[in-house]
This record gives sequence, C-alpha cells and structure tokens, in this order.
Amino acid sequence: MSDDIKVFGFWIYLMTDLVIFAVLFATYAVLRDSTFGGPSGNDLFDMPFAFAETIILLTSSFTCSLATLSVYRAKKNSVIFWFAATFALGAAFLFLEFSEFSKFIRMGAGPQRSGFLSSFFSLVGIHGLHISIGLLWMVISMFSIWLRGLLAPTVSKIFRLALYWHFLDVVWIFIFTAVYGMSRL
Amino acid sequence: MHKTLVSRVIGFVSSLILTLLSFLIFTHLDFFHLGIGLDVVTVFVLAVLQFIFQSICFLNVCSETGPRWNLVVFVSTLSIVLIIIIFSIWVMNHLNYNMMGSM
Repeated sequence: MSDDIKVFGFWIYLMTDLVIFAVLFATYAVLRDSTFGGPSGNDLFDMPFAFAETIILLTSSFTCSLATLSVYRAKKNSVIFWFAATFALGAAFLFLEFSEFSKFIRMGAGPQRSGFLSSFFSLVGIHGLHISIGLLWMVISMFSIWLRGLLAPTVSKIFRLALYWHFLDVVWIFIFTAVYGMSRL
Repeated sequence: MHKTLVSRVIGFVSSLILTLLSFLIFTHLDFFHLGIGLDVVTVFVLAVLQFIFQSICFLNVCSETGPRWNLVVFVSTLSIVLIIIIFSIWVMNHLNYNMMGSM
C-alpha cells in the first residue's frame, strides 16, 4: 500500500473523530446553561489557567511539526529530541487538565452535579483521553526510532502521529473559545 | 510548502497571536467595548481564522498533489459538523422557548 492511501485512511478516521467531537460540542452548547442551581462556567473556569493550557498545547503542536521536519532532513536524534519536547508539553497539559478536574470534583462540581458539568467533563475529558493515547503512541514511536532508526514504516507512522497531534490541537482551539471563553461573554 | 520551516513558524506565531487576542477579549471585555453578540462573533471569527491557519500549516490541507481526496473529505465532514452543531442549538433553543420557558 502506498503511503498516500494510508494517510487518507487515517484522515477518514480523524474526520469521524471530528464528528464525535461535534456531537459533544453540540451537547455542551445546549446544556451550558443547565446548571441545576450548581456552579456555572463563569464561577468555575479560570481564564489564565485555560490560556496557559492552550499555549502549552500550541507549543507542543509546533515542536511536533519540528519533529516531522527533522524526519524530512533524516536527523534521527533531532526527531527524538522534538518528540521528547512534545511529550513533555503534552504531559504538562494533561497534568493541568487533571488538576482542574480534581479541583472541580473536590469543590462538589463533579460530572454528576448538573447537565452543564456532565457535558463539560465529557467534552474536555474525551479530548484528554485522546491526548493520553497520543502520548502513549509517542513513547512507542520514540522507542522505535531510537532502536531501529528512521525506517520507512516508522516514518509513515510518525506522519500519522503528527497529524493526530495537530488535529487534537485544532479541537482544543474550539474548546478554549466555546467552553472557557464563552463562559465570560 | 509543507516541508519548510517557514510554514510551521507562520502556523505557530499566527496561532499564538490569535489565541492571545481572544484571551484579551475574554479577560478585558470592558476595554474592547464590543456589544453583546458582536463579542461572540469576534471570538469565533478568531477561532476560525486560527483553524484555517493550522489546517494549512499543520494539517497540510491544501498541499496534496493529484486528486484532492483529503480536502474533499475534510470539507464534507466540516459541513456535517456545522449541521450538527448549528441545528442542535437551534432546535434545542426553540424547544426550550416553546415548551420549557426561558433558557
């Protein structure tokens, strides 16, 4: 199979994933005012915190694109370096997200509190789940590059991993605007 | 285009600027004097701009050679996404308005 076909197949998967996110966004948009007497987004969300998360994820997307650039230039060590940087930023992002979730749950604003919080935890949680899977995939890719070098099948997988990571960043832009930002407007 | 450092830097810097701009609108609402409605439109225009920049610079949407199958699937999926989101909000708001009081 040619590489283009593989990328196309993976692209179709990403597009179906996009539809899942669309459904979650629609659910959130419908339920965002259904707080059932509990805290609203405006009470809970910390804008500088969400901004920091966004910048971290944006930077990780950039370092990931530098990793693919190093693949084109066939520099094995620099590919591993940029993926390690991407991994560190992705892990930092996930840590922030989990600390935010645990803060909300400790405040009694867990997913069972209201329709608004159920939809918030579903949307942001599923994005976080995607990030965790991406991190796992990244570790496997880094080992594969480190042990066997930049072989054609590995390179082909790296490009799909990069596509996946950029896709998650694109979804996060809309989470930042529609979830965190819109709570202020 | 998608094999150069320049396109990646453009994607990154434009995203940083657009994110900073919408962050400033969210935190300094009084300063920008945008009316109700216009502020929502502005931040979503900023998000869509960032989406376009990232799609071109990072997802390489317009850099295919030969038949543009990826682009075709992308555009049709985006139309499905817009239909799901816009009409869900529309239907549910009207249900609320007509059956459950104000939302």
